[in-house]
Amino acid sequence: MKKHALLGYGVLLLVACALPFLVSEYRSFQFTLVLVYSIALLGLNILTGYNGQISLGHGAFYAIGAYCAAILMDKAGFPYWATIPLAGAVCLVAGFLFGLPALRLEGLYLALATFALGVSLPQLLKYHHLEEWTGGVQGIVITKPDAPEFLAALGLTLNQDQWLYFFTLGVAVVMFVLGWNLLRGRLGRAMMAIRDNHVAAEAMGVNNAMVKSLTFGVSAMFTGVSGALGAIAIQFVAPDSFNIFLSLTFLIGIVIGGLASIPGALYGALFIQFVPNIADEVSKAAPWAIFGLFLIGFTYLMPMGIAGAIRLGLARLTRKGHNSQPGKP
Amino acid sequence: MKRVLVPIAALLAAALASPAALAQKKYDQGASDKEILIGHINPYSGPASAYGTIGRAIAAYFKKVNEEGGVNGRQINMISYDDGYSPPKTVEMARKLVEQDKVLLIFQPLGTPPNSAIHKYMNAKKVPQLFVATGATKWNDAKRFPWTMGWQPNYQTEAKIYAQQILKDKPNAKIAVLYQNDDYGKDYLEGFKAGLGAKAKTMIVKEASYEVSDPTVDSQMAQLQASGADTFFNITTPKFAAQAIRKAWDSGWKPLHYLNNVSGSIGSTLKPAGLDKSVGLITTQYIKDQNDKAWANDPDVVAWTAFMKKYYPEGNLAATENYYGWCVAQSLVQVLKQSGNDLTRANVMKQAASLKNFAPNCLLPGIKINTSATDFAPIESVQLARFNGTEWVRFGEIMGK
Repeated sequence: MKKHALLGYGVLLLVACALPFLVSEYRSFQFTLVLVYSIALLGLNILTGYNGQISLGHGAFYAIGAYCAAILMDKAGFPYWATIPLAGAVCLVAGFLFGLPALRLEGLYLALATFALGVSLPQLLKYHHLEEWTGGVQGIVITKPDAPEFLAALGLTLNQDQWLYFFTLGVAVVMFVLGWNLLRGRLGRAMMAIRDNHVAAEAMGVNNAMVKSLTFGVSAMFTGVSGALGAIAIQFVAPDSFNIFLSLTFLIGIVIGGLASIPGALYGALFIQFVPNIADEVSKAAPWAIFGLFLIGFTYLMPMGIAGAIRLGLARLTRKGHNSQPGKP
Repeated sequence: MKRVLVPIAALLAAALASPAALAQKKYDQGASDKEILIGHINPYSGPASAYGTIGRAIAAYFKKVNEEGGVNGRQINMISYDDGYSPPKTVEMARKLVEQDKVLLIFQPLGTPPNSAIHKYMNAKKVPQLFVATGATKWNDAKRFPWTMGWQPNYQTEAKIYAQQILKDKPNAKIAVLYQNDDYGKDYLEGFKAGLGAKAKTMIVKEASYEVSDPTVDSQMAQLQASGADTFFNITTPKFAAQAIRKAWDSGWKPLHYLNNVSGSIGSTLKPAGLDKSVGLITTQYIKDQNDKAWANDPDVVAWTAFMKKYYPEGNLAATENYYGWCVAQSLVQVLKQSGNDLTRANVMKQAASLKNFAPNCLLPGIKINTSATDFAPIESVQLARFNGTEWVRFGEIMGK
């Protein structure tokens, strides 16, 4: 990583840390959701942006993660932080297993298979033999965590929303570093090779089916972690929370944010969190029409997503810098 | 813009008011000399958007109240948000209303899952979650959730009334029950069993359940008929209710048939089932059905029609949701009236729990709203009605509390 990029991320992190002290509790809560969504979007982006597989059912993995956290906290008395890695592990396995047969399907057929997963899961959650754990349509109410006591001992008093924000921020940073590491490594290169030309990748010795299933698993894991965090932030899970629209929202998020871009996940999360609210403020009668206008506007003005537009803008700026100093490379 | 002006108006009002007046008037956030700001959450989009019109009818009613001088001289301003029947969105919108818009209370959030999602939050924040639009029994829990209150008769109350009726008229009945396998169906069944008491075990000869995703209830109906039951309690939503009514008729099973109020609509249940096949059904009612010819010249229905034409002309006159909206909005206005100049959240809740024989212009004659510090179920009485082939004919006394 270049020095100025590192500096950029440092400043971003600093701003992120200062945020909950500058805005209201309600806004902190909204930014917590942005962080939650950004992890899910990163997960989907690994699958769609980097590996070229379309999923219309990632809401299902988000739901599995959320229910893992809720059931572990509600029935087994787990502390909230311990549910995050477990939710991730469950989704990793679930994603991998779903990936094995589904990935024989290409392109649009895979999209349909995942769509089926997305539409069926909310109904499965209502299934009466599972009700003992899932709570059926009633869902599960969970308690919001307090800031740990050692922070108060250090003289740092945080309210619940601020603490949850920092907790989510911490998990998000870990997940983003993990994702970044994964994508620039061997597996990441294999993923991209499959996306760009799967025959060539196979010829190079990449085990296509294995890498694709693994990618599906990793992608589901990110989304599951995000779902668990989302459940803790919302304090409630119910089948109605995870309808097919959630899956579509994730897809919108990665396309608007920028395909195959790590910061794109964050931009996309900001979009899916705030733009529907703005649309609702603009028009009560037809909020989704306004949302559609935003969507068309963004895709038209920024064909490579917000991340692509920023990259282009930065490139133009630096080129200008170079031009003003002729003679230097 | 209006919202920006609220704090300024409040400051001005505070500055202008004499100290003596200040001593009498008490406000929490959202209330002032000029205004009562309330929040409202409704599904204007999503799977339950058919109920979106309730929010519009309520807004229209407040417009009427404001034009007529408001409540104790204060205008009611309602901020209404769409949650699309998605619980996470409900949480976000409730927090926005309470923390950012600074409303006095949240009125009529709709649906059991959305209300469950904000139940804890509203009670932790001590903000009234008033007259929620769901019939679940759990909203009547003054002890654990003193900031939440239901409105319509809850499912258990209604089921107990059928049980009482059966015990009185047909003490040796053999009862078959069909119920939807979710919180709504189970709530009814629980209330029904509680109403039958010790005799529930012997009287209920067969129970069958179905999933919302089932295509039909034919096989369940066959099981119930085979049990030899002579009385049938039908706990289903309109589509399945119509199937069950038709099946019971077509198969020659002629039980004494009790139909839950949820599916009491002639238009959406009995017509699809066949009006001739629905003769003899028994249900309960608490609100006047504006589509019922019996009420065509009733002053309440006439007043409602005039109100709709003036304040909500684009609204559908056949939609019971619009009648419901006008009805529940009157209840909130009554609570605010009773609160007088003490518009604190605690007092609003106290007044909501002190409604005495209040009859909004929409309920059946004789049905009154009564609440107390321990009774958070406003409408607890209903009247039985029997279908005669063209309309529901009410019979017997008002039952319940």
